[in-house]
Amino acid sequence: MKTLAQAKLHKRTTITGIADSDLKPKLLEMGLYTGKVVSILFRAPFGDPIAVDVDGYVLSMRLNEASLVQIEENN
Amino acid sequence: MKKVGLFGNPNTGKSSLFNRLTGLKQRVGNFPGVTVDKQLGNLKFGNETVQIIDFPGTYSIYPRSKDEQVVYKVISNPKHVDYPDLAVVVVDASNLERNLLLFTQIYDLGMPTVLVLNLTDVASKNGFIINTDQLQTHFPNTIIVRSNARVGLGMKELQEAIKSLNDSNNPFHHSDPSELIAMDDLIAQSADTTVRFDRIKHVVADVVTKKENPVSHQFSSKLDRWLVHPIMGYVIFFSVLLIIFQTVFSLASYPMDWIDMGFAQLSEWTTAVLPEGLFSHLLTEGIIPGIGGVLIFIPQIGLLFFLIGILEETGYMARVVFIMDKLMRPFGLNGKSVVPLISSAACAIPGVMATRTIQSWNERLTTILVAPLMSCSARIPVYTLLIGLVIPDQQIWGFLNLQGLVLFGLYALGLVTALLVALVIKQFFRKSTERSVFLLELPAYKAPRWANVGLEVFQKVKLFVFDAGKIILAISIILWALASFGPSDDMEKAAASVIKPTTENPVDVTAYEDQVAATKLQHSYMGILGRTIEPVIKPLGYDWKMGISLLTSFAAREVFVGSLATIYSVHQESDDPKPLIDRLRNEKYATGKPVYTLASGVSLLVFYAFAMQCMATLAVVKRETKSWKWPLIQLGYMGILAYLGAFIAYQLLK
Repeated sequence: MKTLAQAKLHKRTTITGIADSDLKPKLLEMGLYTGKVVSILFRAPFGDPIAVDVDGYVLSMRLNEASLVQIEENN
Repeated sequence: MKKVGLFGNPNTGKSSLFNRLTGLKQRVGNFPGVTVDKQLGNLKFGNETVQIIDFPGTYSIYPRSKDEQVVYKVISNPKHVDYPDLAVVVVDASNLERNLLLFTQIYDLGMPTVLVLNLTDVASKNGFIINTDQLQTHFPNTIIVRSNARVGLGMKELQEAIKSLNDSNNPFHHSDPSELIAMDDLIAQSADTTVRFDRIKHVVADVVTKKENPVSHQFSSKLDRWLVHPIMGYVIFFSVLLIIFQTVFSLASYPMDWIDMGFAQLSEWTTAVLPEGLFSHLLTEGIIPGIGGVLIFIPQIGLLFFLIGILEETGYMARVVFIMDKLMRPFGLNGKSVVPLISSAACAIPGVMATRTIQSWNERLTTILVAPLMSCSARIPVYTLLIGLVIPDQQIWGFLNLQGLVLFGLYALGLVTALLVALVIKQFFRKSTERSVFLLELPAYKAPRWANVGLEVFQKVKLFVFDAGKIILAISIILWALASFGPSDDMEKAAASVIKPTTENPVDVTAYEDQVAATKLQHSYMGILGRTIEPVIKPLGYDWKMGISLLTSFAAREVFVGSLATIYSVHQESDDPKPLIDRLRNEKYATGKPVYTLASGVSLLVFYAFAMQCMATLAVVKRETKSWKWPLIQLGYMGILAYLGAFIAYQLLK
């Protein structure tokens, strides 16, 4: 399964779920619920963390956090 | 008195709103059991006063970090001293969906709420139009206020809404409030959040009309193209750091000199006016210099927080964390640790206070613990004296000055040690169960609101003067007493044995006075302590005279130079260390060997690079960590590091 950590820059993707972990409620609270459309806006100089457009605001997260967010690429 | 709690996500303008409501009348208190400060302020309506409590910004009432527990603990316990009669929930109108999560959580508990739709200007700039009447139909038991706290719009309406708490016909009463979920039931919380967003999605679709072509969003992404650029991002950030360092280091030195001179003159004047006696000595040598020693830090604290305030207000600080995270993470530090650490290279006091911006308690504590290892400006007089004394003034490889190289080496030693200690703390002293969470909102760039910056500076200075200042004043009076008194009349006898000059020649008189001062200090309690610790510091290459200076310089490192001058009765007219260096060069042990050699000099340099010789920093660490545990641990570990480092240096070079 693809995760947000592997998403391409600027490519619109739809969240299909959050992997079970103690971070799950936090990720949900930040608005990353199933069905939300997100895209990576830019990456930090060493490729990590990344900045994600979460429909209306910019959320930055580390790759290990992004890898908990399961996605599906939009066409 | 009725209590009003301010809640809201970070970056919603909640603190602007709090500042608008309370202004200069705000103060800082404690939430029991946690390290976050409680901002309090009173708001008056005619005869009645309500207390406004600003809660930490959170995305949810369920805590995701230790500091966020405050919100849950207060809300879950109606008997809590801080339990609010009314919750004012500040909501970012330009990002209604995510912000409504926290609002619905509080609203559904049945607590009286006021919903403040803030940043409506940003929302309309971004192309969002919110239908307030429609929103009201979804939340009938609240009062909705539109505001723009930055310019003060909506404050009157908010005050009216708070006032309506006393009205019998206010809309706040819920018929079927829901229950809180247990704090550690993550599964139920996740399920609850999912259900809430399903509901909120419909609310947002119902009340928000979107227009295309948002303007401010484009502005932020254009700026981000430069500010987080792989090369330019760092160039810009290091320029910002350089400006911060220069300001705290150089610019602050002017007002600091004025304060220094002012207090010296006040002491002199008081000595001249007051009759000779114990009280006069206590005042002129203990209390006045003690207060001066507190106030002297105001320029550095004020200037640093002015600059940090701008970085925070504009939204740039979040980008600093973003680009520095990967570099700082291996050391267990936060991207935000960089600013406190660099500030500490000027002075650790504002540096430690600046760690307040780091949300993670672990990362903040680590930054606080290592910050004083950065070589601060108070070490410079010590370094200059000792380098001038024992390091030869010569060129190596034809172009590098050896003395300059050693000075640079001491700065590098401080930085490298700080990072290594942080690494050790991360590897061995942190609970591995506590996961480091990054998830951080990058707010849109905006112009700073100067009133917020000014209030921040004012608050920080006030906190330092009244909280840390008490401790600093107390310790400096103790240190003064130890250096001014001795057992029985030992001091007086010794002082009387100094031969008085037969002439009125000012040179002889000054020499005599210096001699008396030296003798007195040597026979004071401090002098006795210095002799007592001699066996302990002998392996480091120090004699008891250095021991006295080490002890007195606990007040502040630069006191080391003044103490040595007093002990060796060298009259210091200016900051020029030359006469003292000449005197120290001639100091010999009974065996004829010089006291200040390369080995003992380097040993002292290493000692001062590592040792926690600064009571003011300890007082500030106590203030910031709210316990004596951490400053004592810091004093201990830095002391051990200093002793071992100095020991190795001396034994190797001996």
